[in-house]
Amino acid sequence: MSVSEMSHVIDQEELAIARAERFERIGKWALPAIVLIAVLVLWDRVVVWNGIPHYILPGPGLVLQTLIEDWATLFDSLMVTLKITLMALGVAVVGGVGLAVLFTQSRFVEMSFYPFAVILQVTPVVSIAPLIFIYVDSKLTALLLCAWLVAFFPILSNTTLGLNSTDHNLRDLYRIYGATRWQRLRFLQLPAALPYFLGGLRIAGGLSLIGAVVAEYVAGTGGIGSGLAFRILEAGYRLNIPRMFAALLLIAATGVLIFAATSLLSHLLLRKWHESAIKKEG
Amino acid sequence: MDGSAVITDPKTASAALLPLGQRPRLLEMSAVDKIFNGDVVALRGMSLSVHQGDFISLLGPSGCGKSTALRLIAGLMRPTSGAIRWEGGQQKGDLGVVFQEPTLMPWATVAQNVWLPFRLRGRSFSSVRDDVLWALKLVGLEKFQTAYPRELSGGMKMRASIARALVTQPRLILMDEPFAALDEITRHRLNNDLLELRDKLNCTVIFVTHSVFESVFLSDRIVVMAARPGRVSRELTVDAPYPRGEVFRTSAAYAELCRAASDALHGAMNEHGERDRA
Ligand SMILES: Nc1ncnc2c1ncn2[C@@H]1O[C@H](COP(=O)(O)OP(=O)(O)OP(=O)(O)O)[C@@H](O)[C@H]1O
Ligand SMILES: [Mg+2]
Repeated sequence: MSVSEMSHVIDQEELAIARAERFERIGKWALPAIVLIAVLVLWDRVVVWNGIPHYILPGPGLVLQTLIEDWATLFDSLMVTLKITLMALGVAVVGGVGLAVLFTQSRFVEMSFYPFAVILQVTPVVSIAPLIFIYVDSKLTALLLCAWLVAFFPILSNTTLGLNSTDHNLRDLYRIYGATRWQRLRFLQLPAALPYFLGGLRIAGGLSLIGAVVAEYVAGTGGIGSGLAFRILEAGYRLNIPRMFAALLLIAATGVLIFAATSLLSHLLLRKWHESAIKKEG
Repeated sequence: MDGSAVITDPKTASAALLPLGQRPRLLEMSAVDKIFNGDVVALRGMSLSVHQGDFISLLGPSGCGKSTALRLIAGLMRPTSGAIRWEGGQQKGDLGVVFQEPTLMPWATVAQNVWLPFRLRGRSFSSVRDDVLWALKLVGLEKFQTAYPRELSGGMKMRASIARALVTQPRLILMDEPFAALDEITRHRLNNDLLELRDKLNCTVIFVTHSVFESVFLSDRIVVMAARPGRVSRELTVDAPYPRGEVFRTSAAYAELCRAASDALHGAMNEHGERDRA
């Protein structure tokens, strides 16, 4: 009797928590959308009211219009940049994970090569890229190499950390049961490294796009000449500012897409067991 | 080759437990020293013979080398001097281990975790499904095969860990303070269940604990250890018959044994080792 009465009592604190949660849920999407619209409107008004010519600052409407009108050209360029980005990311995954596995299997290899991996990482790619374009004949290979150089390190270092951070009791257990090196790698180290690897992948996804764009800039207009960065350079020479904005918009969208895709992948792979993918309860 | 083939199958009834003193020898630890870094004497002259069906508790203060002794027996490290010999040689699958933490793989389901000892011997899940189910049933987790460890309570995780140790029906099970991190009620229940398992399987167990009560309730031999250097101080025999339950826990004999074990433990803690005089 008293229990059913109790269940009708309204708890102010619980109500406040529910309100806060609703605000979180809606605000997460609504607030950035409002900010975006406000900025677009402001941008548009500033351009119109001040009569700024479009070769200095085009309004958002003109950028959109350019995007639609030049869609054929820009889309082709987008595909080129995307291709290089994804290929670089693929090579970074293979190279990063491969090296990480090699490092954990052989202390000798790790001690010999790890410092050089760090040196490659800390040297800005812009400074290496011109050399790469001198020595590597194929433009595509050179672009790939640049993008890979920037992207592989987070995967390498994260995966190495993950492979080495297995629970020591589990390691002992594997030894007691007479596990082989391969079994330990396959059943213990690789699964334990997965969350770390996915964290590295998210960073590497963004970096490989940066690498691809930077490499295209360095390759310049003499390059294979059709990626988005090339379009920006080209449009810059011709003072076609709206097209620069349109290309920039596409690059940003690509970055967001890659981030969303890697986040989704991470969520799907970890949601069953990893703390990071589990929603807070209560 | 395959450890489980050698042992009589406890799923069908097993031979009655022989009385202490008549049990065949399983393992002999003789005059074992373990010295870390050249000067930390973790064990000095530790001798222990383990017989089939023994339930031995290693009872002693912190740092007296209980875990070191288990790790030596598990083959995770070698004695500095002395020897550990298995009767008939040691084979893969002779050992089951339970640590203080459940030590489950979080990315694998309960059933997959219990499968591990078999998996590492190259056995497919389908070929050992019956054994995995049998072990899970023993610890009361048959309904949680497909659950992930994070979905289980602390006590249930520990049960899964015990099922993994039992699944290959090892000749010897090592447990290093397995229930120390659990709450009193869960611990109590797991102690009862562990004894029930032991009655069913007649397995041989070495159980490390800080708790006098736990050691008396569970074991038929209590090996009290002293520290600095780690060594066996005394051995007590608990000759109360199994199965033991609440009746034993509330009996005068139990209280008497607890007092004796407690005295022995305090004796061991006041014993002066060679480096303890300063
Ligand atoms: N790998 C190691 N290197 C150096 N010293 C160690 C190592 N392992 C254990 N020791 C030392 O050996 C002694 C015995 O340690 P051990 O862990 O076996 O004790 P224990 O009885 O299990 O203690 P506790 O009850 O706290 O678990 C301690 O003094 C400890 O510091
Ligand atoms: Mg210990």
